[in-house]
Amino acid sequence: MTLLQIDWFFAAEKLILIAAVITGALIIAMYSTYAERKVAAVIQDRRGPNRAGPFGLLQPLADGLKLFFKEEIIPTHANKLLFVLGPSLAMLTAMMTSAVIPWGSKLELFGRTIELQIADINIGILYVFGVVSLGVYGILIGAWSSNNKFSLLGGLRGASQIISYELAMGISLIALLMVTGTLSLKEMVEQQQNGHWNIVKQPLGFLIFLVCAFAECNRTPFDLPESENELNCGYHGEYSSMKLGFYLFAEYINMFISGAIMASLYFGGYDIPFINEATLSVNTAAGLGAVALLVKTTLFIFLFMWVRWTIPRFRYDQLMRLGWKTLIPLSLLNMFITGALILWRSKSN
Amino acid sequence: MGITQILFWFLTALALGSALMVIFSKNPVHSVLWLIVTFFAISGHYILLNAQFLAIVNIIVYAGAIMVLFLFVVMLMNLNSELESQKGKWLKVAGAFSGGCLFIVIIAALKDSADMHQQVLLKSGDIGLIHNLGKALFENYVVPFELSSVLFLSAIVGTVVIGKKGD
Repeated sequence: MTLLQIDWFFAAEKLILIAAVITGALIIAMYSTYAERKVAAVIQDRRGPNRAGPFGLLQPLADGLKLFFKEEIIPTHANKLLFVLGPSLAMLTAMMTSAVIPWGSKLELFGRTIELQIADINIGILYVFGVVSLGVYGILIGAWSSNNKFSLLGGLRGASQIISYELAMGISLIALLMVTGTLSLKEMVEQQQNGHWNIVKQPLGFLIFLVCAFAECNRTPFDLPESENELNCGYHGEYSSMKLGFYLFAEYINMFISGAIMASLYFGGYDIPFINEATLSVNTAAGLGAVALLVKTTLFIFLFMWVRWTIPRFRYDQLMRLGWKTLIPLSLLNMFITGALILWRSKSN
Repeated sequence: MGITQILFWFLTALALGSALMVIFSKNPVHSVLWLIVTFFAISGHYILLNAQFLAIVNIIVYAGAIMVLFLFVVMLMNLNSELESQKGKWLKVAGAFSGGCLFIVIIAALKDSADMHQQVLLKSGDIGLIHNLGKALFENYVVPFELSSVLFLSAIVGTVVIGKKGD
């Protein structure tokens, strides 16, 4: 069936996959807010939300409902179009990265082989990098259009922070690319299927990537754009109702996606530890693999929360010093050592 | 019309329209945002030519880094359409004249070039893929490539010197 030279079954298949991924990301982000409060409660020796539903499980729904029904305020001197564009962009860029993540190997349904990845492009990891670098626009535009000096300061901090940490992140990725020899996330995950995860080959690179991921997600200790005690909530200070909700939600989606990317890059993606996938049937392997990826991602989300409730926020000069004087030299060193080792091994063979 | 043609005309209209909006917007922040849209449209054209690497690098470098700095500076200076100094009439005429001259020179240079009569390689050319581009850069064009990196190094040294002047 071809119309406009499109395979409509293929289009439908991708559409279902996109809907599934986005719904999944939203649900996980929703329950991350609940998990964050529970984790905080455990760390601070409290009970956490326990009123709505059993164990407070309906709390995210109540929060969402509250945000929807709150009064929507656009400040008088705000730039109205950009004021709405800001949170929309934050949400869009948070979602877009999920397109290149391989969520599982492949399913075989109704005689068709369905890849559990929205798009396997040969520049996969660069695409992720590109979208991450666009993530700052949501913050910057929202901050400027609020016409509030505190918001603007928050936005400027966010922009300079993301630009600074992108460099170290990019260089640590280059070292990983030298090891794997491919940019496609699918191929990277396939290479790790035998249990040789990239974390073994790139421990320092992973550490740098992890720190930069915290900074790119604006999570504590790098949450300077919204530091509530000095900037009065920073870039989203003027936002209310669901537009504020979008900003807060985008942060949790970013956390989920960056957890999935770190799991795919360094921890084998949908590889199940200690099990040879070839002994399972194709569909079982795909299902279990997807579960394995979700478990790894959840562990990363937990790490994000654990750090948030353990380490206090950096000062601005400390943040810049860490980025420019520690992480960038370290990542350059990591790249140099990786290159030297690859050269040495290819010579000795 | 195939899907490629529809995409081509859409991207072309988007690129030209947003490029015009860069000039016609009164608010400098809007101009910067329209410029970002232009870069996206151009990246779309790269993808139509199967140059995926160029497309994404265009987005990372221009839309992701340089435009953020543009936006940063414009927001810090807080330029306003009312406060902006109005240029004199003669300056506008001179600008239009010199821009037109440049346009004529570019058209004259490209008019007789062999590439103008060549059919565009849609989805089949592969020089824009990272593998081939890397091979071409490091085998055929090593010297110019390394020379351009020296140029960047000198630019970095220059900014550091200017930045340290006050101390």
